[in-house]
Amino acid sequence: MDLRRYPGFRAMTLLCLVILYTPLIVITVYSFNASTSITTWGGFSWRWYADVFTGPEAPRFRAAAWNSLTIALIAATTATLIATAAAVAMVRGGRFRGKSATFTLINLPLMVPEIVIAVATLIFFSMIGLTTGYLTILIAHITFCIPFAYLPIAARLQGIEATYEQAARDLYATRAQAFRLILLPLMMPGVISGYLLAFIISLDDFIITNFVKGAGMETLPTAIFGSVKQGIKPNIMAISTMMLAVSVLLVTLSYFVNRAGQKTRA
Amino acid sequence: MNVSVDIRQVVKRYGTVTALHGVSMAIGENEFFTLLGPSGCGKTTLLRCIAGFEDVSGGEIRLHGQNIAALEPNHRPVNTVFQQYALFPHMTVRDNVAFGLKMKGMGLAERNARAGKMLEMVHLSAFADRLPAQLSGGQQQRVALARALAPEPKVLLLDEPLSALDLKLRQAMRVELKQLQETTGITFIFVTHDQEEALTMSDRIAVMSQGHVQQIGTARDIYEAPVNRFVADFIGETNLLPVTVESVAQGVAAVTLPGGHRITCAAAGMAPGPHHVSIRPERLSIVPTGGDLDVVVERVVYLGSDLQLLTRLDSGAALHLRMQNSARGQVPAPGTRIGLQLEEGAARLLAD
Repeated sequence: MDLRRYPGFRAMTLLCLVILYTPLIVITVYSFNASTSITTWGGFSWRWYADVFTGPEAPRFRAAAWNSLTIALIAATTATLIATAAAVAMVRGGRFRGKSATFTLINLPLMVPEIVIAVATLIFFSMIGLTTGYLTILIAHITFCIPFAYLPIAARLQGIEATYEQAARDLYATRAQAFRLILLPLMMPGVISGYLLAFIISLDDFIITNFVKGAGMETLPTAIFGSVKQGIKPNIMAISTMMLAVSVLLVTLSYFVNRAGQKTRA
Repeated sequence: MNVSVDIRQVVKRYGTVTALHGVSMAIGENEFFTLLGPSGCGKTTLLRCIAGFEDVSGGEIRLHGQNIAALEPNHRPVNTVFQQYALFPHMTVRDNVAFGLKMKGMGLAERNARAGKMLEMVHLSAFADRLPAQLSGGQQQRVALARALAPEPKVLLLDEPLSALDLKLRQAMRVELKQLQETTGITFIFVTHDQEEALTMSDRIAVMSQGHVQQIGTARDIYEAPVNRFVADFIGETNLLPVTVESVAQGVAAVTLPGGHRITCAAAGMAPGPHHVSIRPERLSIVPTGGDLDVVVERVVYLGSDLQLLTRLDSGAALHLRMQNSARGQVPAPGTRIGLQLEEGAARLLAD
């Protein structure tokens, strides 16, 4: 039966969309507000964007953005490499002892409350005597990025028949050549999707980062939070809008990569 | 016969399940050899053991005298045409065909020239720069053939390659495959569950069932001289009748048919007692008097070029026969009692 015929379907849909997107729209619109007030519209202006880059808080934001970006790059890259290896082992490794346990271990971080991971990670770092800072943020990010990278990669790999690699091996390719020339290109859309997802998740993380970052070290989300504690200024809306734009860009990219991947699927 | 692939006592076990129970066969050079059997009989497993995708649990696979059973697939001079073709979807048709040559270390110009020649052979020169997804099923099939033949393997393995094609294309491809095998002179080992495919193309056929080889022989051998009930029943249509072997002397058995009539059959080392004979439906004819079997016609089925008569013996056993649909000869009406005569040698005494 057509879902649209259920009574109230349209109203419910609209309500969900409004709740989800109104705040984002408000933030985006008011980031262009010429007024200092965050509630009254004073005309269109780029001043808060200029403020982000040149205002009194600019050095702080710049350092935080740099940290966020480098951490996201390194964490997403490392997590994608680990996730790719894990996916190949899980999907192509045949049956082995502890396979379902391994699957659970890889994906558990998705189900454990983030605050628990945050506290546990902090305790772990202090137990082994690691000073909190850039390195601890990086290690934490790599860890929680792995399941996010793993899921699209494993999903893609599951759709690739093992006969492709067998055909390559049959045609005189070594194991390494069969992987590099056949399997890797075929799973590449999944790898890119996983990478982008891990990148966004890292860029966006607040809770865990806030616990393990240590004093004086900021990423963009923690810097924004710190700034908001002293009262919301329109420059926060400008930063948020820019982060939103980056996220939308990456998600769109991921979508197109996946769609291009459909074409090479036999 | 110069032996190309010599399979000796190959055993394949998956845990507690045995897929191949000590299978042996010798396949000749330039032979079109078919592994035929129902699904689950072990034919594909055997093919995968020859290709190297499965390790054997026991036995030897010799290729021109060398045991290849322990070699990796890329070290076996054997190529495979897969059931679903497994063309690399991200490579052009030309790169697909040239892949094996590239892996063997052939230079770009040389391998492209050879790939071009192979594509010419399968009439696909115009499609060299396309991706596999842009080709029809029949065209993909021919690319798969060209790709597997390009490195000039000693043996070509074909895993039900025609099963994904529609009937007309399948029939055309049979002729093409046979011609390809004759012109290249490469040994073809062909796996199928389709007996018509097997009978029309093969030099010899190995009929397999439940991990055992039941019979190896030419199409004529296995159709006209099946050794056991499985082969007689699996290949073509047949009537399996319980009979009593009264005596055996000098390779000839005196056999009593249901209904009491006595005939003689060729018998190789069979003891007197209950047995089965296989009688092909087209080797029975209707006679007015003195037939070997008395039956009652139950139904006449119109098949176009043939008529099929479903009849029943007094013992209750069903017996069907075929007659050509010509103007000559009366078609008996259902319910009438008729006598049937066996052609010379039509009753084949089976070992089990």
